[in-house]
Parts: sequence; structure tokens; C-alpha cells
Amino acid sequence: MSLDLHAAAPADGGRAARPAHRRRGTSFTRLDLKYSPYLYILPFFVIFAVFSAYPIAYTVWIALTDRSPLNATISFVGLDNFVELITDDPQFWNAVVNTFGMFLLSTVPQLLMALLLANALNRKLRAQTFFRMAIAMPIITSTAVVALIFSMIYAKDFGLVNWALDAVGMGPIDWRANRFASWFAISTMVDWRWVGYNALIYLAAMQSISKDMYEAAALDGASRRRQFWSITVPQLRPTIIFTLIISTIGGLQLFTEPLLFTSGAGGLSGGSEGQFQTITMYLLDVMNQRFRWGYAGAVALVLFVLIALMSTVNYLLARRISSDK
Amino acid sequence: MTTTTLRPPARPSAPVRAGHQAERLWRASPLTWFGLVFGVILSLFPFYWMIVIASRTNDAANSWPPPFLPGGKLGDNIQRVLDNGDANIVKGLLNSFLVSGTITIATVFFGSLAGFAFAKLRFRGKNALLLIILASMMVPIQLGVLPLYILMAKLDWLNTMPSVTVPFLIGGFGIFMMRQYAEQAVPNELIEAARVDGCSTWKVYWHVVAPALRPAAAVLGLLTFMEQWNQFFWPFVVLADPANPTVQISLRSLNTAYFADNSQIFAGTLIATLPLFVVFVLFGRQIIGGIMEGAVKS
Repeated sequence: MSLDLHAAAPADGGRAARPAHRRRGTSFTRLDLKYSPYLYILPFFVIFAVFSAYPIAYTVWIALTDRSPLNATISFVGLDNFVELITDDPQFWNAVVNTFGMFLLSTVPQLLMALLLANALNRKLRAQTFFRMAIAMPIITSTAVVALIFSMIYAKDFGLVNWALDAVGMGPIDWRANRFASWFAISTMVDWRWVGYNALIYLAAMQSISKDMYEAAALDGASRRRQFWSITVPQLRPTIIFTLIISTIGGLQLFTEPLLFTSGAGGLSGGSEGQFQTITMYLLDVMNQRFRWGYAGAVALVLFVLIALMSTVNYLLARRISSDK
Repeated sequence: MTTTTLRPPARPSAPVRAGHQAERLWRASPLTWFGLVFGVILSLFPFYWMIVIASRTNDAANSWPPPFLPGGKLGDNIQRVLDNGDANIVKGLLNSFLVSGTITIATVFFGSLAGFAFAKLRFRGKNALLLIILASMMVPIQLGVLPLYILMAKLDWLNTMPSVTVPFLIGGFGIFMMRQYAEQAVPNELIEAARVDGCSTWKVYWHVVAPALRPAAAVLGLLTFMEQWNQFFWPFVVLADPANPTVQISLRSLNTAYFADNSQIFAGTLIATLPLFVVFVLFGRQIIGGIMEGAVKS
């Protein structure tokens, strides 16, 4: 392969009269072909090694110690941190329940709404671009902005939602005090930002389903609803699995929305009784407020295991459900 | 076609009817329209509400019933946010531009280089290395957050912009996206031809591959800039000093003030969202196209 190249080079260049230059070129070309690919992917692996792989390995080590900026010495404590975390830490389990609760409460409606919206966008529509843009617009907001806007919408005294409840004759809800109410409020923040994004992903997948299938089904008398559940959803299976996994990774890391749901400095505690404290908030609480670094390492690892587990479960579940159809 | 052979009696009119039926099949029903319009209203209302509160005095913002129309205090509120000594939002905006811009340029450059290598070059260990990149995308930053924090402290980068820039200069997503695009957008013959003309690998990248990757690079740049502009978790960890924030951390400072000044907070969210709003208005089609393309391929 490289020999061919050099045979061709002089014919074309006309600079072939300089053999020295050519010989240098030859060895350069060989080195170039062999090693330059590594050079091109090197930046990623340098960044990855220093700022990802090394910290992860260090997390595993630190979780086995009692390291803290408050301790002069570091001692190896084996699995003590994990044992305490799993058997003797109600606050951690509270955070786990909150995180999973909000994850379920946001993800299921989010993906369902996205599916329905995508199905609507897949029809023949005037002003298609406008609809797509409008639905996608929330993705330009940061989670901080979303949290601040919705915090006011869910304010106890002058909030929009409580005003609307009042208008239909219902009493105001203290959205931060009650556990389920706070989960609901935070879930709507997540959904507002992500429904449109997921709808676009589903729409893209829907457009690649053959129209003949629908026409055949319509001739057989299948209603639109029937077509949706018997053709669209099964055909979207890989896409649904993809969005589920993305939502799982994101949902179990939930942080900004609950943090900023409380105004004032004490955001990490997630409400007066930790009713909306998530695992990531707890992690930072342990790390920066209690300075138990070894223990924080254990929290981080367990969070990761939970994410990996949930992604697998979702994957298997989604595969089962849509293949049953 | 099949239907006509299946139902001989309907033959003469079948093509017309099939066409008509196909048309009807994809027509939007009133319910569809209703759902869409409802979705659009829900989607856009918070933006409108942001403007309403940002243009009211704080007293008017906290009144019953809540205000539904914009007021005339937008300029005042924006001025108050810009002058707010705890939030340092001007510094935050500059920092965010600097950080997001640097990461965007680096991601597009390194992503296209590595994407080109993975799509078009042959080297040993390619698949294993690609797998590592894929796996890296699945790992949440929380997993290594503590050692990363300690590392930043050792480098003396806490409360400085390198701490929120350098670790994110190139991620797996950028490489993957460019690889996918390079695979289909750059014909192998073109690369071969350039080689025959005596191009080094770098020159192949620079003169052949990079120009062909331009559309994907634009989309990657837009998505990266948006993502980085909105980053919150990691900056929250390492930028504890409110004197040197990114814009999102400035918003957090507004929210932690003892007295919650909602019209000022909303003016802040407006300022923080405006740059991406401009980006979205100018390049919304490309952004949406990018999201949809990515979906089909993954």
C-alpha cells in the first residue's frame, strides 16, 4: 500500500529530482500511516485518564478508608463504609427512595407524552417547523433556570399553580412541605425540559417506519389507536430503550432542580425533613458538609451501581414489553 | 398494489381510493391539533412567564392574583441584577462565554480528528479503544467527583475557570458523532486519491476530511455550546467562591440571598437564557436536525 504511494509520487510531483527529500518522505509516510491515528485520538485518552479513569479508581480506594480533611491520618477500614451505608444509614435510603420516586414519577409520563406528541407531529401538518421549534425550545434553558421558574410557579403564597387550584375551588398546597407534592413539582420541571427533546427523537424514528404498514393496517380496519400500539410502539422499540437508558442515567443523577427548589442557603438537605433530597445531594452533603470523604466515596460507588442496575432492568423490561405486543 | 390484486372487484377505482386513503391516514385530526397546540402552549408558557415576572416590581410579582401581563420594569430589574454584588453576573456571563467557547472549539477539533481516525484510518486496537470511549459516556461525573475535587485543589484550580474547562475539552459524544458522520460523508476513494497525490494523513484531514465534516461540526458545536453553557453540577462543586462564577452559579447566588427578590431572579434567568435563545432562533433547524439525526443512528 505505502509502496504504491511512493511510486506514484514522483510521476505527479515533478519535484522528484530531489532524492534526499524523497527518502525522508518515505520513512515519514510509514511513520505517519502507522502512528498518526494514535496521535489523533490521544487528546481524548489523556483527558479521560487524568479526569475520569484516575478519579474513578481513586474513588474505589478512598471508599475503603476513613479519609477526611479533618483527620490527620488516613486508615484503611475495609468495607466498613459500605456496611454502614447499607445497613445503618436511613438518610441514604431516604435519598434513594426520593430519587427513584421522582425518577418514576417523571420518566413514565415524560416518555408517554413524548410518544403522543411525536405521533401528532408525524401527521401531515402545516407550520411543521414552528411546531418542532416550539416543542424543542425548553432545551435551551438550564436546569437552574427551569428550577427557578418552576419554584415560583409552585410558590406557596403567590404561586400560579395554587392560584389555579384556588380558581377551581381547591385549597392551596404547600409544594415543598409534602413529600409527594414536592416529588410531583420537581418531576414536572424535569418533564417540561425533556418531553420535547424525546419527542423529536421518537419523531425521527417514526419517520423511518414504512408507510405501507399503516396503509395495510388501515385497510384491515385497524383504528389509529390500534395502529399506534400495534405498529408504532413495537417498531420504536430500540429507540424507546435508548431514551429509557438516557433518562435513567440522567434521572438518577437528579440534582439541580431539587437543590434550587429551596431558596436560601440550605438547599442540599432537600426540604425540612429531606423529603426531596436526592442521592447526589446527599453525596455532596457528606462530602462538603460532614467532610466524610471515605464515606462519600462509598455513596458515589453505590449510586453508580444503582444506575447500572436500573439501566439493565429498564433494558430488559423494555425488550420484554415491546416484544409481547 | 397488493390490495388491488387481493380485491379484484374494486380494481378500476383502487389506485384513486388507495391514494385518497393514504392521504386521510396521515391527516391530523382535530384531537391531534388540540394536543399539539396544548403542548406548544405548555412548552412556551414558562418563557412568557419569565418575561412577565422579570418586567414587574417585586411587589407586583408577589401579588394575588399573580400578574399575567408584562410590566414596565424590565430595564430596572436587569440593571439591579447586573449591579448585584453577590451574583457577579457580568463576570459570570464572560466566564461562561469563555468556558463554553473554549470547550466547543476543542470538542469540534479533537472530535473531528478522532472521529476521522476511527472512521477512516486503520490501526491496532481500534475497536477496543472505541469501546472505552463508548463506556466513558455511560459513567456519571458523580462517580469520580471527590477525587476530581481533590485533584483540582492540588492543581490550585479551585474557583478558577480551568477547573470547569479542561476536564471537558473532549468527550465521547463528540468523537462518536463525528465518526458516524465521517463514515458516510467522506468516500474512501477521496482519501485514497489524496494519498496518491502525496498527502500526509494530516493533510488528508485538513484538506479532504475537515471540509466534508463541516455540517456535522456545526451541529456538534451548537450542541456542545448549549450543554456547556447550562452546566451546573460540577461548577457548583468547584466554584464555591461567588466572586468568580459561571452564569449558572450567579443564578444560584441570586437564589441563596436572604431575601428572595423574584423579579431580580427572573431578570437573571432571562439574561442567562438569552444567548442560547439567540443561538436557537438562528440555528434551531440545525439543532433539531442534529437531535433527530443522532436518534436514528444510535
